[in-house]
Amino acid sequence: MKLRRVIFLGITAIWVAFGFLPLRAQTRGPIKIGFTVPLSGPYAQNGRDILNGFQLYLEQIGYQAAGRRIELLVEDSEAIPAVALTKTRKLVERDQVHMMAGPLLTSTGYALAPYIDSRKIPMLYPVASGDDLTQRKRSKWIIRTGWTASQPNHAFGEYAYRVLKYRKIATIALDYAFGWESVGGFQRTFEEAGGTITQKIWCPVTVQDFAPYLVQISRDVDAVYALFLGRSALQFLKQYQEFGLKKRIPLIGSGTTTDEHVLPFMGDEALGVISILHYSAALDNPANREFVRAYRSRNKKLPSYYAESMYTGGKWIVKALESVQGNAEDSEALLEALQQVRLTDLPRGPMELDEYGNPIQNQYIRRVDRVNGELQNTVIDTRPNISQFWRYNPADYLKQPIYTRTYVSLKQ
Amino acid sequence: MEEGKKIKHTTGTRNKLAGLVLVIAILVGFPPLLSSYWVGLLTEMLIFATLAMSLDILVGYTGMPSLSHAGFFGVAAYTVAILSTRHQAGFWLCLLGGIAMGVFAGAVLGLFVSHVKSVYFLMITLALGMVLWGLSYRWIPMTGGDNGISGIPSLEAHTGLPLAGPLPFYYVTLFVFALCGSLMALFVSSPFGHTLKGIRESESRMSSLGVNTWLHRYLCYIVAGAFASVAGILWAYYNGFVSPSYLDLTASVELFFMVTLGGAGTLVGPALGAGIIVFLKNFISAYTDRWLLILGTVYILAIFFAPRGLWNRFLRKARNRERITSRP
Repeated sequence: MKLRRVIFLGITAIWVAFGFLPLRAQTRGPIKIGFTVPLSGPYAQNGRDILNGFQLYLEQIGYQAAGRRIELLVEDSEAIPAVALTKTRKLVERDQVHMMAGPLLTSTGYALAPYIDSRKIPMLYPVASGDDLTQRKRSKWIIRTGWTASQPNHAFGEYAYRVLKYRKIATIALDYAFGWESVGGFQRTFEEAGGTITQKIWCPVTVQDFAPYLVQISRDVDAVYALFLGRSALQFLKQYQEFGLKKRIPLIGSGTTTDEHVLPFMGDEALGVISILHYSAALDNPANREFVRAYRSRNKKLPSYYAESMYTGGKWIVKALESVQGNAEDSEALLEALQQVRLTDLPRGPMELDEYGNPIQNQYIRRVDRVNGELQNTVIDTRPNISQFWRYNPADYLKQPIYTRTYVSLKQ
Repeated sequence: MEEGKKIKHTTGTRNKLAGLVLVIAILVGFPPLLSSYWVGLLTEMLIFATLAMSLDILVGYTGMPSLSHAGFFGVAAYTVAILSTRHQAGFWLCLLGGIAMGVFAGAVLGLFVSHVKSVYFLMITLALGMVLWGLSYRWIPMTGGDNGISGIPSLEAHTGLPLAGPLPFYYVTLFVFALCGSLMALFVSSPFGHTLKGIRESESRMSSLGVNTWLHRYLCYIVAGAFASVAGILWAYYNGFVSPSYLDLTASVELFFMVTLGGAGTLVGPALGAGIIVFLKNFISAYTDRWLLILGTVYILAIFFAPRGLWNRFLRKARNRERITSRP
């Protein structure tokens, strides 16, 4: 009887010990960060840039934060929301990541949000810029270190009227949410300042030839506001010059139109274009000089805003991990730490989050110049600490519907 | 002679039955042992298996190679999304609405496609598929455009069943898959299904026998659309959102691959093909960036070594063996 009891107790003790062992090993294991961006398909290059920025920062800190190793798990979202969700499920449920970062596309951002909320996993959106991600449809578990599409454009609309002295502007932009929200934000503040948007031209995202759209631009405007990215930006600027418009009507636009992901492939047609964004590779501050140097030597090219996005995102995550002493298992605390981070030594300058989880950050007015034979976005002016709500009261702002294709300024 | 045939037939049926029981046992018994990720992946496989089987009715049995099949899938998914998020409709309304819209889309599009064949059929379905995609992408007040619609309630919340988590959803999907699979198997082995095969082999002969081939093709198109809608409804609930990528050309082409890889005209083959492709896509991509290359290699190898699909290749082998062993 006694022997049996001893054996029973012994086995129980061993069992319990083994039960605890892996658990203890687990708390000392690496901090797992899941990451998903498109690495194949039409957005592969932008996705690759984001990943490069993240990897650069993690390499700089030796994949160590708060005394723990960081393990980065990368999955290709193929720019398809459903695929991104499946990959996120894999990262969260199979790999048991402590937090997530990504995606690139706003559509994917909206698709992931309910799942992220249901699993209570902190997630950082470095790029996806749909306004409502941190406004009318914001979720508790997501913070954004990127931007809302209308955020820089609120500042830019006023700037175009007050400083550039434009009175009548035509806009031409890609016909999807990113375009509508950017143009909407620009139109709102530009018209509130006293200007008029005389026409809004929308091009399908798959546009191949801009001729039918360029001929619609009326000649009596002071400037044209353009929003493109990737291939469409290259094509548009080229055709804008070929149509003889460049000599006659100044071109301004969203930051993506002349972002460094396309700028090296442009020629004289881009010179003089004025745009706005929260980053420029030509920004003159110590953090950015160091970042550009390191990125160039690692990837042999100029960092785009996509690359900077997750370099900053990486810094943000590490700072938060340090403030919770590397205890990534406590999701609530990690989320709160992520919301509380404040950094001043980022390549893009100082940044903090508002209570909706969107950054308050500087917006830079940039002009394309040729310096030492290379095109760059020279910063000609800075609009400091711009919030996603501009100067409006958040509560009132959120009562209005999101900017759409048919947005009409309230002034009229 | 007659005797031998009979024996072969019964052993064949017995083997088939044993295989079916085994597969069902695995699908029912295995998932509780798996992690939630694998259960999710299995759910995805079953949803796409249902969809691929519905396309097989068109491609394999009737000879209608449709490139717009993901359209029905998408129409049903969007119907669920719109009804449940904008109109707070209940589960049954969403379910019936989704199937009804799929059937309706099939009935309308069927008018355009049922009288054409071969390459022309491909072209017209390609165009109609693009139209459906365009609608989802551009009819923004209704579909949310590129951003899609998110916030579809979870199945358990919507049906009011106290069964949360991936496992109950898996069993619901398995049930639907089994139900749809059986119905489709009944459909293709019915006299109607045999007529479809006749049309596939020789339409002129069938019409000279007095069969209204147009009507058969039209009804077949609608039936396939209805089954695809069921898969679309499951997919909408599974993901909790809809987006235009559900019904773009890539989705339709991938579906086509599932059918041809598995073996058109077998129903089981496409289900297998769907499982393989969903698995490969998710499994390889975790290990290498070059997973598209591997998937491409798989397609090319399949074309070389199993041009009539994996299932046909294995089934034929099994039959040959059977003939040898059962020879008196």
